[in-house]
Amino acid sequence: MKNKDLYNYILGIADNTLILGQRLGELCGHGPSLETDIACTNISLDLLGQTRSYFQYAAKLKGEDATEDTIAFLRTERQYVNVLLVEQPNIDFAHTIGKQFLFDVYHYLLLEKLQHSKDVNLSAIAHKSIKEVSYHQRFSSDWVKRLGDGTDESKTRMQDAINDLWRYTDELFHTTASDEAMIAQGIGVDVKELKTSYYERVSAILDLAKLDIPESKWFQEGGKKGIHTEHMGYILSDMQYMQRTYPNMTW
Amino acid sequence: MTVEQGVHIDEVLFPILEKVSDPEIPVLSILEMGVVRSATLKDDHVHVKITPTYSGCPAMDVIGDDIKKALDEQGYTSEVELILSPAWTTDWITAKGRKALEDYGIAAPLGAEADKGVLLHGKRLVKCPQCGSHNTRMVSQFGSTACKAQFQCDDCQEPFDYFKCLK
Ligand SMILES: [Zn+2]
Repeated sequence: MKNKDLYNYILGIADNTLILGQRLGELCGHGPSLETDIACTNISLDLLGQTRSYFQYAAKLKGEDATEDTIAFLRTERQYVNVLLVEQPNIDFAHTIGKQFLFDVYHYLLLEKLQHSKDVNLSAIAHKSIKEVSYHQRFSSDWVKRLGDGTDESKTRMQDAINDLWRYTDELFHTTASDEAMIAQGIGVDVKELKTSYYERVSAILDLAKLDIPESKWFQEGGKKGIHTEHMGYILSDMQYMQRTYPNMTW
Repeated sequence: MTVEQGVHIDEVLFPILEKVSDPEIPVLSILEMGVVRSATLKDDHVHVKITPTYSGCPAMDVIGDDIKKALDEQGYTSEVELILSPAWTTDWITAKGRKALEDYGIAAPLGAEADKGVLLHGKRLVKCPQCGSHNTRMVSQFGSTACKAQFQCDDCQEPFDYFKCLK
């Protein structure tokens, strides 16, 4: 493949939206209330729609018989390069929201910069997506504040969720060799530069939510290299089942 | 009907495309919705460019098929291309489109600042499409589709959808 680095770079963005979209989709019909159920599945739909745009572009670069579907459904676990954060289980609503919040703040900062990418396709997708992500960020931030500054029970759960998920935040700012190649060409976003604003924004919301900002400096990584937590296999078996069982099936 | 700048739709194709509606809001033509960015005709072959309202909008595939079908019925072959840039905004909904939304029972989008006011700060600015009162409140930021929020009128008590501002 001629544009291997660009292809890898796109997957590095789109695997995050794919897996988080899949996770949120699990709540369809299972959300804690009708409104939150609808919200989570609407956000899921936005994320999967964005994923389609990225994968359609990636499929063109890959050529051969690649389509958005083969990229989404027919890779093995080690070939997915999403960050560990997005594959974490929903557990309870506080964890669902905590994961969403910690991703949304990053996602918004990323798209803000990606709008200025020298690659016109990526820039167009970013312009489109950021409008949707500003709604996501608002929704998850609001819920972090409501749960954190709510009852004793909701506060404890929200704090536990933030403490559990904190270890996955540092990986958002790691780069791969393909990322670095794309940054050098003005196509990719240097996520290392987003780190300070990220923690400032996250901390500001946690303050408003009257939650403690975790002090732990121990972080977990691996997703960007294809090394995932034990949860990933379960997601893929769910997500890939139909295409593996009935190859090339369509609706 | 007028369309905003940057949109090029061949005159001959106008009445055909005007009859294609948004499958989730059947009273609204795709032209009034602002999703058709260009439609050009060359030797009975039509090239249409459409842009999605929201990335994951499931209506887009249906709209593409409906456009092809409508053109086919008039003897044209066609291709429909999905473009992302410039990104769709609720500003592209025409005045006629806004009226159609309200007649259908969906409150039309407010400007960006007012939109934030109603969605984030509980301001009562959205006009109830049933009774016209502004004494309305948000029930849920997300509604039956990604583009809408759920509201309720505190005068006539009717629930209704509000089409969120997207800029
Ligand atoms: Zn009313």
